[in-house]
Amino acid sequence: MSATTQTAPLLSPKTTRSAPRQRLSVRRWLVAGTAYIVAIIFLLPYLEMLVMAGRPNNELGEATIFPKHFTFSNFTTLWSGGGLGGSIGTSLEIAAGATAVVLLVALPAACYTARHRFRGRTAFLLLVLATQMFQPAAMLVGLQREFTTFGLASTLSLTIIDAGFNLAFAVWILNAFFSSIPVELEEAGMVDGLGKVGALLRITLPLAAPGIVTALIFTFISAWNEFLVALTLSLGEQTSQQPLTVAINQYIGEYSVDWGHLFAAGLVATVPVIILFIFIERRVVGGLTAGAVK
Amino acid sequence: MPALRRLSPLLWLGPAVALIGVVVLWPVVVMLQSSFQRIGGEGFVVGYNGTDNYRHLFDEPDFVSVLLRTLLWVVVVVAVTMLISLGLAQLFNQRFPGRRVTRWALIIPWAASVMMTALIFKWALDPNVGVINVILHHLGIVKQLGSNQADWLGNPGSALVWMMAVAVFVSLPFTTYAILSGLQGIPGDVYEAATIDGATSWKAYLRVTLPLLRPAILVATLINVINVFNSFPIIWEMTRGGPGYQTATSTIYMIELKQGDVGESASMSAINFLLVIVIVIVYLATTGWKEQVDR
Repeated sequence: MSATTQTAPLLSPKTTRSAPRQRLSVRRWLVAGTAYIVAIIFLLPYLEMLVMAGRPNNELGEATIFPKHFTFSNFTTLWSGGGLGGSIGTSLEIAAGATAVVLLVALPAACYTARHRFRGRTAFLLLVLATQMFQPAAMLVGLQREFTTFGLASTLSLTIIDAGFNLAFAVWILNAFFSSIPVELEEAGMVDGLGKVGALLRITLPLAAPGIVTALIFTFISAWNEFLVALTLSLGEQTSQQPLTVAINQYIGEYSVDWGHLFAAGLVATVPVIILFIFIERRVVGGLTAGAVK
Repeated sequence: MPALRRLSPLLWLGPAVALIGVVVLWPVVVMLQSSFQRIGGEGFVVGYNGTDNYRHLFDEPDFVSVLLRTLLWVVVVVAVTMLISLGLAQLFNQRFPGRRVTRWALIIPWAASVMMTALIFKWALDPNVGVINVILHHLGIVKQLGSNQADWLGNPGSALVWMMAVAVFVSLPFTTYAILSGLQGIPGDVYEAATIDGATSWKAYLRVTLPLLRPAILVATLINVINVFNSFPIIWEMTRGGPGYQTATSTIYMIELKQGDVGESASMSAINFLLVIVIVIVYLATTGWKEQVDR
């Protein structure tokens, strides 16, 4: 966290260096070099996506690492015909809907369990922990049959299902945030004339904002990336009614794959969520592991 | 009033319980129920089927090999992920210029959809023009492009190895971050004490760091085992479990069965579900979970 302050003397050449210090800095650059290589390895597959998306169709059959020309036509033709624009809308609808549901449902639950001791509290937290252990893949047949009986539009079904399977993360991280906010702060607010609700809205919620943002972004990303349930429930739909993860598979034909469009669409699907993820990078592990240790 | 007070948790927790009920608990009931029903091609229930679905499933020639492959898949992927992550966490716990940016690169496979990552590798392993094959050809490892040797995903053995590599790749970010957060909880003076006692850095790591990392390693392993067991997009996109069912894990097998016989697929689902429960219980029991929680 304090990387910048620590490395400051290293970057200024005027600092006089004694011998052990010199060795230390060699070691540090060695560490840095290794880390840079690791970072590049993690980046490479996704850079390859960019290289492929920009490869002209007539160079698809050439066994070269880089194409001779670079084209944007795969990006510009992405929106016509195939209905990928509609799929982006569908994905946004599902991800935003699931995020809203999670927030509405998890906030009161997390707030209450953090502030009150009551019968059934442990049972509730255990239930939440259990849902974190179970993934849709293990109960797919049940999910499919249940939601087919409901007869809802696949978009709505997917919204509810994505919300349900991401609830645990939101409850844990919000519970941790609410628990860390002293009750005295709320009480002080109430003394100052804010009602109970006022204290909650004006004092507790703003303090829990980082947790709320983390829960929101995490739910959005998981719902956006969800593939198995989406594939199962939206299989018969028109492409525009399918979420992006499913719709992208239309470029995979029986005998040939339209790699250019596939990866152009893949970049559209992945780059925004990678950027979103950077915002919650530091807090997300807490939400995933908190429940299991408590 | 006391009655009202007792009801107030219901008001705050009710929506969450209802959502969990509809999305997680009820599907389990429907799934178990379906596993004892005869279900027609259109999804209509024809009637009660007793244990026939299970008997059919156990009689499938691929059933045992699919289960064994699932075991291999989970053990290898999780073990390799944990080992590499321990190293990576150690690396990214050091101070060096640009650490934040390199950590951003590390999270990419976590943030990106696993399906897309799987498709990138599927393309990169294309026998004729895939970039991994082109590079291996330049290095002289792949003698000829388009040959049998270059068809990594067509051969069940090499396909499984490559898919395991992809599964490790997408599991590394979370695991590394989990261990990193464990490392950051270890106070620095612990190491000073160890150094004064004459421990070398490797010894200090084995004797001091690893034991203190135990809780982080436990949780990361448990979450990884469950994720990897349920993993679907990688195998689905890269081989569809083929040729035949030779690269299918039990999750893939369940989905393949669903296209033929929903009842039998529900049986496979039920077994997967029980396996997850068994994994969690065995894990909690063998790792002394109780002491970890009670501490």
